[in-house]
Amino acid sequence: MEIKTPSPAIKSSSQLGHGIQAGLPIFLGYFPIAIAFGALAVQAQFNWMEAVLMSLIVFAGASQFVGVSMFLAGAGSAQIIAATFFLNMRHLIMSLAVNDQMRHFSGGWKGFLSFFITDETFALLTLGGGEARSDNRTPAYMAGLMITAYLGWVSGTAVGGLGAGFIPPEITTAMTVGLYGLFIGLLVPPARKSISYAVIALSSMILNWVLGMVVETGWAIVLATIFAAGLGIILIREDG
Amino acid sequence: MKILLVIGGMALATYIPRLLPALFLDRFRFPGWFRKWLQSIPYAALGALIFPGVLLVEKDQPLLGLAGGLMAFILSLLKLHITLVMAGSILIVILLQYLFF
Repeated sequence: MEIKTPSPAIKSSSQLGHGIQAGLPIFLGYFPIAIAFGALAVQAQFNWMEAVLMSLIVFAGASQFVGVSMFLAGAGSAQIIAATFFLNMRHLIMSLAVNDQMRHFSGGWKGFLSFFITDETFALLTLGGGEARSDNRTPAYMAGLMITAYLGWVSGTAVGGLGAGFIPPEITTAMTVGLYGLFIGLLVPPARKSISYAVIALSSMILNWVLGMVVETGWAIVLATIFAAGLGIILIREDG
Repeated sequence: MKILLVIGGMALATYIPRLLPALFLDRFRFPGWFRKWLQSIPYAALGALIFPGVLLVEKDQPLLGLAGGLMAFILSLLKLHITLVMAGSILIVILLQYLFF
């Protein structure tokens, strides 16, 4: 899938622009939720710079909410860090799929871009972009998309931490549903085109629901993903 | 001090799982079945992320999340842009909250 162009600089700056554009829905989805996170962190005795530092170097929404809530409840550091680790095991699986798209990138790019893998950036990078998807597998596109999402999260945290923005809980709920809307909007088009993908996704939903009654949510998602993706070994005929 | 320790520890705990595939994925040549598995991950992961999580957005009001999810489903069947799908699911939830909850 190597495309040689006479002017790589122009090509990569337009890819950066496309990536930024593709990342905007995540920016908008993250921003209000990050405001709520910043406000919660301040309630938990973090100062606003610590809240922003956490968003800067952790960049994992669910883990940050859980971490700060545990901190507020008086949990120990090791407990919080362990909970974060287990909650984020799903990113290991997601990173496999994203890194599969980055096979031709340098090690530095892979290590750098892997930092920005979240549920949402993963979803857009693997299923977003429609027909043009293969053209989007460039460092500039991915960096544009991921860093746009990142800036939404970090800037929202600063706004919330400084108490500069108040987001009513109803709005946070609605925006969270918006992120589910992102997942659904990315999943439906390919699932419509291929019955195999639809079967894999539906099986994963059922499996996750059942497993969720037995194990913790984080593990249920990991296990459901591993096993339901295993169906693809039988269902998918050709290598993509 | 405890806060900085927690933040630093969480940063490692989130980056390590994300980084591992970058370190080892291209050191191996994978058999065909593994490639099919990799290719299926996005569909499986999104399925698991969506359900039943979407129902739990508001713990006591599963219908709220369901309405948002159904709206997103319908709008994506209509092949609307992803931003409009998100906006539709957000608006229906705000509307329902305003009317009923």
